[in-house]
Amino acid sequence: MFENLLHKRDFYAGSLMTLLGAGVTLNSMSYNTGTLMHMGPGMFPFILGVTLTFVGSLIFGTAVLTPLAHDEHILPKNKEWVGWGCILAGPILFIIMGHFFGMAAATFSCVFVSALGDRQSTWLSSAVLALAITVPGCLLFSYVLQLPFPLFRWGF
Amino acid sequence: MIATAFTDLWYGFGVALEPHNLMWCFIGVLVGNMVGVLPGMGPLATISILLPLTFGIKPVGAILMLSGVFYGAQYGGAICSILLNLPCHPPHAVTCLDGFPLTKKGRGGAALGITVISSFVGASWGITEMIFLSPVLVTVALKFGPAEICSLMLLGLLAGSTLARGSPLKGVAMTICGLLLGIVGSDIETGTPRFTFGIPNLFDGVEIVAIALGLFGIAEFMKSVNQLSEVDTKYTNVKFKDLRPTRDELRRSWGAMFRGTIIGSLCALIPGTGPTIASFISYATEKKISKTPELFGTGMIEGVACPEASTHSSVQGDFIPTMSLGIPGDAVMALILGALMIQGIVPGPQLISEHPDIFWGLVASFWIGNIMLVILNVPMIGLWVKLLTIPYRYLYPSALFFVCIGVYSTNNDMFQVGETIVIGLIGYMLLLLDFHPAPVLLGFVLGPRFEENFRRAMLISRGDVLVFVKHPISAVFVTLCVVLIVAQIYVRLRPPKVLAENLPEVGELVD
Repeated sequence: MFENLLHKRDFYAGSLMTLLGAGVTLNSMSYNTGTLMHMGPGMFPFILGVTLTFVGSLIFGTAVLTPLAHDEHILPKNKEWVGWGCILAGPILFIIMGHFFGMAAATFSCVFVSALGDRQSTWLSSAVLALAITVPGCLLFSYVLQLPFPLFRWGF
Repeated sequence: MIATAFTDLWYGFGVALEPHNLMWCFIGVLVGNMVGVLPGMGPLATISILLPLTFGIKPVGAILMLSGVFYGAQYGGAICSILLNLPCHPPHAVTCLDGFPLTKKGRGGAALGITVISSFVGASWGITEMIFLSPVLVTVALKFGPAEICSLMLLGLLAGSTLARGSPLKGVAMTICGLLLGIVGSDIETGTPRFTFGIPNLFDGVEIVAIALGLFGIAEFMKSVNQLSEVDTKYTNVKFKDLRPTRDELRRSWGAMFRGTIIGSLCALIPGTGPTIASFISYATEKKISKTPELFGTGMIEGVACPEASTHSSVQGDFIPTMSLGIPGDAVMALILGALMIQGIVPGPQLISEHPDIFWGLVASFWIGNIMLVILNVPMIGLWVKLLTIPYRYLYPSALFFVCIGVYSTNNDMFQVGETIVIGLIGYMLLLLDFHPAPVLLGFVLGPRFEENFRRAMLISRGDVLVFVKHPISAVFVTLCVVLIVAQIYVRLRPPKVLAENLPEVGELVD
């Protein structure tokens, strides 16, 4: 029974929420809770933390009580590690490139890398797409909307 | 009452017809219609991307545009469902059941024509309802004290989290997470930084744009990457003249249209039951009262008219509690409230009297926007159909760029972009664990006001928790909360027959 539990979605969902609730409850104790009449900053988070712990344990309870569905997977069937990685890497590169080289480089690298996440795209198609977004995008945000974000910069 | 309503509406048209407001409304419905058609893009992500761009424009224009995206997307979503059998927008999932068979029979154009007509009928009813009902709600709501507001919010949060998709328990958990996210930052009364972990960028709280774009942008892209199959464009050759339904089809649709409209407007008044549930219920009802229920699913025009009318009347009706009480029913409404708050406008019953230009301008813009949408959709159907063929692999990288730059532009701070990435990653993990992240936004937007009113109510009552049941109006809301919870448990333990029969098929369509 316990091995089955480890394959259940609700097991993780419930434990996650219970832990989060408990963490919030403990953390809220470090603020002044005050009295019910004069509530301090810690009171509301404390109430929420306790409620979340309770709800989390209820979700956990449903995991224990319901039988394991035969097709229950936590990760989707085809795991798109490349796709997921590229989608996360795009915005991360946007931060890094934007910080050091400016908006144009940030935009290009963000679109280029995230486009590589699709199975059908090639280096060339991603580069073309990135270029097609970078030029009008930078014109729009830099000249039309006057966003204070230099197009090019060189800052280490 | 009717006379005042017309005077106010006249004033509203004056506001909405100002050239710049008209322009924002047009941009809104155009963008909305576009993202509605594009498979894999939703109104939520679009509104959150556009939200930072509205900081620079006046509140009226901002709200008109953002709302336009929402109802515009509903027109576009139907095209996707009927011609491609792709239920990429939940409210239109049911429309696939009869819309796509009609397309296969070669009547897809007529189905689209009926959709436009029923959308307009549904929306018109929803708007009329908003004109007359909102002032009534406001007169009642202005008498509310902190205790009443607090229990009303509790009811709204509870309904929003338990009546939406997925397990009610998980919905409640997500709402609490949203409330907790709303706590991050300086405490309103004492200024103590809470849950900031010593990061100064968090002292102002988490940015609503970062939450929305993380959950509905990045997390959604991670979910859909390489999952959308190649679009089958075999049936998408629809021209203007195909849109005309035959006389018989029209005759059969009228009744369905009006029934759908009524069901949609009733659903809109219950917080949490948005357009999706309205369309499911109306389809089930239509099937039930039809003389030939066995023909549903093989291309009955009623099966298109009814859910579409109810979706639209519910979409417009959703604005009623949002604008008149300040209680959003779903995530889109929460975002629109968030946009109002960013502009420095306090949502709540005083909104109509303090900012009549926003409220009546919005109502008037609904009419204008819906007329624009009919004009956009009927002659230009060929263009929208072409949009269907844009592959997802071009869409999401471009959208990611808008996500990054949009979040950056809220404060000109790269920290916010990082915040979005973290929220997106957590959001995707929550999606994998079968949590639906929409209630997070609901909790986040209502959280600070909920806490403020809760503290105030407790202060006035000298720390007596029973104040919530001692005040009669508040007691009604608390009772409704209890009824809601009990009903949920009851439905869990023994599902009623109607739901069990109809929901599996539509449930499969949505997921």
